[in-house]
Amino acid sequence: MASNFLRQRKPYYVESTINCSSSSDQKLVNLSFGINETRNQTKKRQAKEHHGRRSCLDSCCWVTGYLCTTWWLLLFLYHCCLPFTVVHEVPELMPAARLKREGLKGIHPVVLVPGIVTGGLELWEGKPCADGLFRKRLWGGGGFTQLLKRPLCWLEHLSLHNETGLDPPGIRVRPVPGLFGADYSAPGYFVWDVLVKNLAKIGYEGKNLHMAAYDWRLSFQNTEVRDRALSKLKSKIELMYRANGNKKVVVVPHSMGVAYFLHFLKWVKTPPPMGGGGGPGWCSEHIKAIVNIGPSFLGVPKAVSNILSAEGKDVAYFRAMAPGVLDSGTLGLRALEHVMRVSRTWDSVVSLMPKGGETIWGNMDWSPEDEHVCDFSKKRYFRLSPSDNNVNNSDAKQVFRVKDPVKYGRIISFGKAASVLHSSQLPTAVLKEILHMSASRNFNSSCGEAWTEYDEMSRESIRKTGAADKAYTATTLFDLLRFVAPKMMNRAEAHFSHGIADNLEDPKYNHYKYWSNPLEMKLPDAPNMEIYCSYGVGIPTERSYVYKLSPSNKCKRIPYQIDTSVDGEDGSCLKSGVYFADGDESVPVLSAGFMCAKGWKGRTRFNPSGINTYVREYQSKPPTSGIKSTAHVDIMGNIALIEDILRVAAGATGEEIGGDKIYSDILRMSERINLRL
Amino acid sequence: MSFLRRRKGTDSSKSQNLRCNIVKEDEKNNLYESPRKESYNSKKWSCWDKGLTVNHPVVFVPGIVTGGLELWEGHQCAEGLFRKRLWGGSFGELYKRLEVIREASIKLTDFYMKLIPLCWAQHMSLDNETGLDPPGIRVRPVSGLVAADYFAAGYFVWAVLIANLAQIGYEEKTMYMAAYDWRLSFQNTEVRDQTLSRIKSNIELMVATNGGKKVVVIPHSMGVLYFLHFMKWVEAPPPMGGGGGSEWCAKHIKAVMNIGGPFLGVPKSVSGLFSVEARDIAIARTFAPGFLDKDVFGLQTFQHLMRMTRTWDSTMSMIPKGGETIWGGLDWSPEGSSFNSGAKTLRNNSINNTDQIPNINLANMKNVNYGRIISFGKDVAEAHSSKIERVDLLDSMKADMLANLTNCDIWIEYHDIGDHRIKAVADYKVYTAGSILDLLHFVSPKLMARGGAHFSYGIADNLDDPKYQHYKYWSNPLETKLPDAPDMEIYSMYGVGIPTERAYVYKVTTATDCSIPFQIDTSAEGGSEDSCLKGGVFSADGDETVPVLSAGLMAAKGWRGKTRFNPSGIPTYIREYSHAPPANLLEGRGTQSGAHVDIMGNFALIEDVIRVAAGATGKELGGDHVYSYIFKWAERINLQL
Repeated sequence: MASNFLRQRKPYYVESTINCSSSSDQKLVNLSFGINETRNQTKKRQAKEHHGRRSCLDSCCWVTGYLCTTWWLLLFLYHCCLPFTVVHEVPELMPAARLKREGLKGIHPVVLVPGIVTGGLELWEGKPCADGLFRKRLWGGGGFTQLLKRPLCWLEHLSLHNETGLDPPGIRVRPVPGLFGADYSAPGYFVWDVLVKNLAKIGYEGKNLHMAAYDWRLSFQNTEVRDRALSKLKSKIELMYRANGNKKVVVVPHSMGVAYFLHFLKWVKTPPPMGGGGGPGWCSEHIKAIVNIGPSFLGVPKAVSNILSAEGKDVAYFRAMAPGVLDSGTLGLRALEHVMRVSRTWDSVVSLMPKGGETIWGNMDWSPEDEHVCDFSKKRYFRLSPSDNNVNNSDAKQVFRVKDPVKYGRIISFGKAASVLHSSQLPTAVLKEILHMSASRNFNSSCGEAWTEYDEMSRESIRKTGAADKAYTATTLFDLLRFVAPKMMNRAEAHFSHGIADNLEDPKYNHYKYWSNPLEMKLPDAPNMEIYCSYGVGIPTERSYVYKLSPSNKCKRIPYQIDTSVDGEDGSCLKSGVYFADGDESVPVLSAGFMCAKGWKGRTRFNPSGINTYVREYQSKPPTSGIKSTAHVDIMGNIALIEDILRVAAGATGEEIGGDKIYSDILRMSERINLRL
Repeated sequence: MSFLRRRKGTDSSKSQNLRCNIVKEDEKNNLYESPRKESYNSKKWSCWDKGLTVNHPVVFVPGIVTGGLELWEGHQCAEGLFRKRLWGGSFGELYKRLEVIREASIKLTDFYMKLIPLCWAQHMSLDNETGLDPPGIRVRPVSGLVAADYFAAGYFVWAVLIANLAQIGYEEKTMYMAAYDWRLSFQNTEVRDQTLSRIKSNIELMVATNGGKKVVVIPHSMGVLYFLHFMKWVEAPPPMGGGGGSEWCAKHIKAVMNIGGPFLGVPKSVSGLFSVEARDIAIARTFAPGFLDKDVFGLQTFQHLMRMTRTWDSTMSMIPKGGETIWGGLDWSPEGSSFNSGAKTLRNNSINNTDQIPNINLANMKNVNYGRIISFGKDVAEAHSSKIERVDLLDSMKADMLANLTNCDIWIEYHDIGDHRIKAVADYKVYTAGSILDLLHFVSPKLMARGGAHFSYGIADNLDDPKYQHYKYWSNPLETKLPDAPDMEIYSMYGVGIPTERAYVYKVTTATDCSIPFQIDTSAEGGSEDSCLKGGVFSADGDETVPVLSAGLMAAKGWRGKTRFNPSGIPTYIREYSHAPPANLLEGRGTQSGAHVDIMGNFALIEDVIRVAAGATGKELGGDHVYSYIFKWAERINLQL
């Protein structure tokens, strides 16, 4: 599920994750859902689980139930006891108040570009089951609650067409434009709320603050084809530039919005019909800085597990958005399959797949993060001693280490053995052969309406792909995905590319499918522009997975699942089937920081005009919530980040706010990556 | 401001949105013999012909008070209301806050009840001198379609039209709500928010991204004037204008479909400015019943409202324009006395057979002098001008310049003018559309001084005079030339058949020092049952807010053919919609309503709009569609063309 791209996973819970992670997410929703209501739901869920089929988990569920009920009770009290006029403007939360006193004033217009799942969607035309919901929110607050009673209907409307990746016939769902009114409080929006408030404090308002809403389900180029979203953004930026006394804009993209804006940068200078026809000078004329927040430049491994298996504990975000959908009996145990079917129609998910293959993400026996030590339990930042600085020695050093380094490069391994053994001991991939024999598909029509593409595959081939001792790297991964989800990959690969360009002058790179991949596009010719990579560090972030074949051979079940029984010893990076690395909980440092730290640093072939880049890391400090948090979404409320944005918007340059600020190993990792610049 | 007041409470928007089969088999309905009528009864989501599809992008221009406003920066008392609506929408947060406070602090009632509404009024007010933001407060228009689809919960404005357009395929990229801060003078929306530039840029974008299809603009109410201003602004050179060049309108606009447009102003705005009449505060009542019913402002409600609305420059854009030439003199008015609310016959070519019209209501006709917009005393309103003794206003103005100092805590301009002046105002007895300006200058000099810099109310002698390049003339159709765009079309669409305020009978109050010294004399009633005078108000034909004269005259005469106001001969069409009250309660505000705001849910109007948006021309719609005597009245007006 793509939607869980932003979820808050608590890796330390195993069985209780389903309940507790969802409740922590629901905290965000209870602005719109009455607290009593959600408490009831918790109880209901608790009751259901008690009588549920997995009776062996009874006791566990009871414990979880009690925990959750207590949690809700506390939450309830917390909200009730707050004064009725909830004052949002806690002085601490408003760095702008302080900065304003210092005389800071907004100068440059600001454009916000939201990421995946954070934008609202509303219904413009629908099937009979959605009568009366015209222009009501399907996603993100509003009339959303009404659809909870009809989860299947809701999912149907959120799906896109299986083949075109555009609207299915008879359904039109469109993004909610503009800066959402604050009266629509919904999980996704609190994301921007604090930032917008702070910007308003130093003088921003509708005329110099714009939210570039787009349909995050579509591939980037399709947002232009269907909604003219890119043209709108261009016209808006031009207007703001002119209307504010020819002041260049500061763009603040978040998460997937980063890739979207990269796409925009290329689109705008490409001549029509494929591009916007702004000419080569457009960016340098209109853009002062791009402050990328939690950028997923090189993709996220999480996207892989989402596509492959829509993992159970990953649906937390979905659950938070619509508690009823998954709990309701209508979907029952097949909820995951439904969710998977819907999310596989979303092209944008594919844009989040790891880019750059083995060069960036590591191969069977090597990965840039090799020296990473997973001692997150103490929440202490690990720093290498100066003696480790010698990069040349690092390969040799590994041999002598007591513990083998984690093989992060194997993004998917089947069985724990496959994830640790040396590559020479693994069987060679036979995927190609399987692909050949897949002619003998047994399409099982008895599998009913909830079929996923898996049902079209023979069980035998599934078993072969997932045979024990198999491992897939960021490169071979695509073969696997093409095999298990051929339609989706077919469709999406026409819109996205995940490789590394050999020769950027090749005319084929003028095609839009390369525009959102920083390794296959050149930055615009705008030497005065600045690019910031701002992200949180110090939170365990999913990096690779240990999978197993699901025991059930029945149809309608997803054949793969994360092997949650696999655990490393204390202090290891492996927890319940997932290897963790440094990052902001969703995006690994590698993906967020590499381009700024190396790929674009100075004058490279990806950055021919030498645009200045700055890496701004925000270290996670306990407690990891609230104003100091650096988690992927929460970071938008981080005061240090907000202060940086305000200063840039008020005219400061990257040097003036302190240049690079690095806590992680990103520089060392980058050095180890052998990318021709 | 009571410009759009709400009188009916039932919500019908939902039933109208999605139930398309509520067209009653009514006789009046047969007037619209459209082939589409059957399709109303067809299934939802497919009410409109298959042949009707998205063609021209659509721009909505909302009117006064219907656009939402939200708070961006405020004083201490508004903390926590950041980006909450202060006006329009559901008023959700504001209202909730009020309720919560009311319940939670019954003991503190007095304190809070005074504080919160005052706080609200303070934030809604503009600066008294500049007409822009007061220091420390920033209230901005809500943008996007949500800005004006519903005014209050369940009180639709644009929602029905939007829903119907969506059915034939319109969506966000082909619809645009040109929201602006309706409290500001038109030019100030550009100065402060760059709203006009935004509209220009958005229209250009929509034309460019929809294959060069020109836009159809649909202004409503004051939006009509706003868009007139826009059309002049966009072609004027910078810095005052938008620099689009003289071709801009011809290149970008297919049609302007004015709904209920107060082209020549509305008499109601006079009474609004003059005395903020009691029955006119219905709007304020709508959004917060608590305010008025619970005596939140106490007895000084009107003063508060008056003080707030008087800081809004835009209210002055709707003062009657054209003076006595248009609105009639002491003993003459274009309408004569011909208003008869029962008259509902279609008379497209009424010019030929209107000779007998003045005779219809001979009995009532004698004493209606619509030209006297304000008269003091019923007898004065009805007497012939030669019998009225008037004391010249200007003389008394010179005579007394002493203001009495007051200790009222609510300050309004009336307290600056002395009792003598109030007496002088009453002694002048009768005011026509021309002298009404003197009156307003007299009683509220500051307001008019500010307004005079932004609006003008006269008739141009020579439109080529370079002074008319100033923006204050742009929203007055009698002082501007339409753009050079012969392919453009202008529609005047409005409801008829509802008594509409046209002239007032006033009296001087004697109550207290701190109240407003003038009041409509509600005891003044006409003689017979169907007299035009009711409760101190003379009514004429119109849509409840805008008299037919104001809405239709420009299209019927001023711009008809090639005139000096319309040098390129842009075709104009009058589309009148006869008012029929909702047949039953379920129907809510009706599908055939002609009332000023409710007309936005009128099926016939929606059909016209949709057909034009889908590419039809005015000829194909059937040209003029007239019930009122507008052509006859237009003939009587002696306007140089």
